[in-house]
Amino acid sequence: MAKRDRLSGNEAVAIALRQINPDVFPAFPITPSTEIPQYFASFVANGQVDTEFIPVESEHSSMSAAIGASAAGARSLTATSSCGLAYMWEELYIAASNRLPLALALVNRALSGPININCDHSDSMGARDAGWIQMYAENNQEAYDNMVQAYRISEHKDVRLPIMICQDGFITSHAVENIELLEDQDVKDFVGEYHPENYLLNPDCPAAVGPYSITDYYMEAKRNQAEGMKHVSQVVLDVAKEFEGISGRAYGLFEEYCMEDAEMAVVMIGSAAGTTKDAIDRLRENGVKAGLIKIRLYRPFPASELAEALKHVKAVAIMDRAEGYTNHGGPLGADVMSALYRAHADALAVNYIYGLGGRDIRVEDMEGVFEALKQIIEEGDAGETYRYLGLRE
Amino acid sequence: MATDITKLGVKANWRNLTEGMIIAGAGTSKDFNTGEWSTDKPEFIEDKCKQCLLCVPVCPDSCIPVKDMKRGAFDYDHCKGCGICVKACPFGAITMEGVK
Repeated sequence: MAKRDRLSGNEAVAIALRQINPDVFPAFPITPSTEIPQYFASFVANGQVDTEFIPVESEHSSMSAAIGASAAGARSLTATSSCGLAYMWEELYIAASNRLPLALALVNRALSGPININCDHSDSMGARDAGWIQMYAENNQEAYDNMVQAYRISEHKDVRLPIMICQDGFITSHAVENIELLEDQDVKDFVGEYHPENYLLNPDCPAAVGPYSITDYYMEAKRNQAEGMKHVSQVVLDVAKEFEGISGRAYGLFEEYCMEDAEMAVVMIGSAAGTTKDAIDRLRENGVKAGLIKIRLYRPFPASELAEALKHVKAVAIMDRAEGYTNHGGPLGADVMSALYRAHADALAVNYIYGLGGRDIRVEDMEGVFEALKQIIEEGDAGETYRYLGLRE
Repeated sequence: MATDITKLGVKANWRNLTEGMIIAGAGTSKDFNTGEWSTDKPEFIEDKCKQCLLCVPVCPDSCIPVKDMKRGAFDYDHCKGCGICVKACPFGAITMEGVK
């Protein structure tokens, strides 16, 4: 029997982790992710989990310890935000290239500077090419559900890659929402036990992890690693289907909202999708054919599926909660536009930078984006494709 | 499952590398042919050798086998051609292109 509760996003993720009962959790606090290890530490103190909880001296160490534990054969994870993730930069690549299926509960926060503790996606976008699976949530329920599904995806024998479960700092991490929790035993049965094939603490077969690869091998090693990523989308869909069976909640690579007959669409990631749905509901009352695609799986990027979903759209606004400093837009903009180009799509596309450093985004702001799309369709020209939303001019 | 190290030569294609480059199983270095890395190799001139065995401990890759207190032929499967043995030999019993 599922249980209704009201929880913050951090608390929801911590409860998912209690239900998963991982082997090793090294952690170092940083706002706004601090509560995840904080709640979890109380579960350890109360004897509700068997996890080895390691308070380490930095994020460089927390990710290193999680990697070491994973290589040793344990199911491990850590949590962080912003500069903490930046401090893990080197280790992120180690985890992915060594094909270690550990998890990172990431609470998205702006990178310095100027120093800021609020939400944007600049931290995880900086790690988008590190070889990690990246999954994003719109609300607390999705953050919880994604965490429950995380290890099933990352530990899958065709994948074996680390996974980043992202949620928006403060907006979902600290705001309390109604949420439906699964029974402990259901989560335990769904996630299952971790049985790695090769691991350092296997006395029957000692192993070497992370050996040096000279020029003769490095490129083949990277291509071999990319093969794991190619299997992720199918595994994500399979795991989601099974998860729907125990939860009744359906997930895909992305969510389509009012896309069946949409003439204009917004593509975005994270909590602002809820705001956009409200804007769409208002516009639909007036007969405006507006729709939304909310990315759940960002790495690997579901390019062909996305282009297919946008096939009949005349204009699309891609919303980036991170700057790319490319002079032509942000990272999601680049990914979506290249997907549209590859699919020979006709849609006129613009890229907005919004919500940096926690800047609020309102329903009216998103109505303004759809108004701009309407104008683009009428004029048959995208105009300036690199735009800012909610900026004081 | 132990890694078959003999399949990981420089001609191995990307599909044949191990996942994450992990090497499962101990003592695998003897099965890995590092001798293919080098172009020049030392030559052993047995007539000049006094069996002092000074060359044996200086070899970084244990490529000079010793049996009954006598050294034998070089193990070219693992010799990387560093030339240290040439320098160690007091009798000129080891030569190598480019090393005096």
